[in-house]
Amino acid sequence: MSRSMFARNPSVLVFLAILGLFTLGVTLMSEWAGSEIVSTSFVKTLGKTLCLALVAVAMDLVWGYAGILSLGHFAFFGLGGYMIGMWLMYERTHGIVASSLAEATIPPTESEIAGAIGNQIFGVVGSSEFPAIWAFADSLALQLLFVVLVPGLFAFVFGWLAFRSRVTGVYLSILTQAMTLALALYLFQNDSGLRGNNGLSGLQNLPGLDHVPQSSISIWFFWASAGALALGYAFSAWIVSGKFGSVIRGIRDNESRVRFLGYPVEAYKLFVFTVTAMIAGIAGALYYPQAGIINPAEVAPIASIYLAVWVAIGGRGRLYGAVIGAAFVSLVSSWFTGGQAPDVNLGFYTIRWVDWWLVLLGLSFVAVTLLAPKGIGGLLDHWTGRLAPDRHGADLGPDSGSLREAEAEQ
Amino acid sequence: MTSLLEVSGVSVSFDGFKAINNLSFAIGDTELRAIIGPNGAGKTTFMDIVTGRTRPDKGRVLWGEANISLLGLSEARIAREGIGRKFQKPTVFEDQTVLENLLLALRNARGPFQVLFYRPTLEDLDRVQGLAGEIGLTGALDRKSGELSHGQKQWLEIGMLLAQEPRLLLVDEPAAGMTPAEREHTTALLVEAAKSRAVVVIEHDMDFVRRLGCKVTVLHEGAVLAEGSLDHVTANRKVIDVYLGR
Repeated sequence: MSRSMFARNPSVLVFLAILGLFTLGVTLMSEWAGSEIVSTSFVKTLGKTLCLALVAVAMDLVWGYAGILSLGHFAFFGLGGYMIGMWLMYERTHGIVASSLAEATIPPTESEIAGAIGNQIFGVVGSSEFPAIWAFADSLALQLLFVVLVPGLFAFVFGWLAFRSRVTGVYLSILTQAMTLALALYLFQNDSGLRGNNGLSGLQNLPGLDHVPQSSISIWFFWASAGALALGYAFSAWIVSGKFGSVIRGIRDNESRVRFLGYPVEAYKLFVFTVTAMIAGIAGALYYPQAGIINPAEVAPIASIYLAVWVAIGGRGRLYGAVIGAAFVSLVSSWFTGGQAPDVNLGFYTIRWVDWWLVLLGLSFVAVTLLAPKGIGGLLDHWTGRLAPDRHGADLGPDSGSLREAEAEQ
Repeated sequence: MTSLLEVSGVSVSFDGFKAINNLSFAIGDTELRAIIGPNGAGKTTFMDIVTGRTRPDKGRVLWGEANISLLGLSEARIAREGIGRKFQKPTVFEDQTVLENLLLALRNARGPFQVLFYRPTLEDLDRVQGLAGEIGLTGALDRKSGELSHGQKQWLEIGMLLAQEPRLLLVDEPAAGMTPAEREHTTALLVEAAKSRAVVVIEHDMDFVRRLGCKVTVLHEGAVLAEGSLDHVTANRKVIDVYLGR
């Protein structure tokens, strides 16, 4: 027990090594390095995938380990994206407006510049006033802080109310769906202060770096995403490796027993819920500058359900499973929906994958649940020989020792 | 004798059914007590009330030297006050090793932040080794507790209770589904435990109660019917009518 975390969890080192090699490989093959093998847009896709893997790790922590099936973690992901998006959009518009007004014969006043920025950003929703929530949009440091604080605070308040009332299981899942739906509906309103259904756009352009080509920016974000995933993964592994992991897995398996051991179960749930919301916020803040745009549809309830599907397909209760699931499903998904998958001509009907991909995803979700409940990550058990004995039947009780029904009959 | 736990005039009803009816009960610092009674007598509900799972409609539950009221405290808080509970069905964390189970139960700080930075000290590991010896699981520390036999799980749970170092142990049918040899071991564990703390055992099995050799409280329809040595209560006419006569 006194060995280090890595010694007890060699999979963490293996994962970090693979992630490092992958990052190096993509970097060398990118346009940034002068190669043509991986296009800039594909670097962005890979960078976004790493962000999705990070939010999937958070989801695995809250669902796979603590047993809280949150169907609202994409709300925190989106909030993180909005927070960084506000700075990106404000600062870039500021640069453009300031340079165009500078050519006027009379130098513009501060309030003229602010008015012009407001007009540029909010003209699309018929306003030019800065809403109160944009008060700190000119400060990168503060908005970066908000990337963590806003989702964290939101999750803390929501979790405090929900866990304190001992809402569990499917009721909690429904509540989290309602939360993300409410957030999406609120953001859709034009007077929410975040440009309604237009969302925030042009996020791929970093303010003051107009001369830097996208091939460089994309690789920077790719590195940042890989770094965030590495840190998030190691942090999550550290959380679950010790006694804390033992407690939250206990809560997952038998909540009231943990309570009778004297652990304040609600505090643990709240801790995990809040910390994972913060991780999700960071992932979102790295994702949306690569996507270029964020709008309220991103936090629609379905997005959080996809997140649960990724983790289930990858294998919950193991962190690398979440990464595998998110990477595999989202890459395959963009392959199918991007029109790259060849249509299947059945003679009487042509299967177009753009339409049929969701059906395929649904079927594979059902198949994984029924046939391989441990997900894709569970396949690694065959390789490492960590298979649990194949035991079936109920406990027979004392007289036949540790045999179970079916075994005893044999 | 000052009592460690004092339950007085407690009543609770579920949908009009009186599960506990004006029950009073007290137990001292180091005492072994068996509670017997027919099904539906309110034995488990009594434990639910003491451990904070069920709120009584009226009555008082006082604890310790300071006579603090346990009513209104959360289950976790009551457990930290020093009341451990063993359920009828063995409930150990099957997905975790015996060692992890015992470390989880070991008396240490319970807050999320303390637990996050907790690393087992040599002292803790010694204590776990000692407990594993007592419950006969020394060789099984690294095994998943789900692989243990039924009786071993019962012991592991008793071991977890002892690891909590409670001042009062509530044990619900510890011998259910055990072999005669396992029963004897369990009896010894409970008698030994009662030397340094209060132990309340709910049990159906008269032979088991006899072997515990302690004071017995008979519950019937949510109230105390008789109290005293096993021979004393089994001679009681009312007890014979409601319980033993069947």
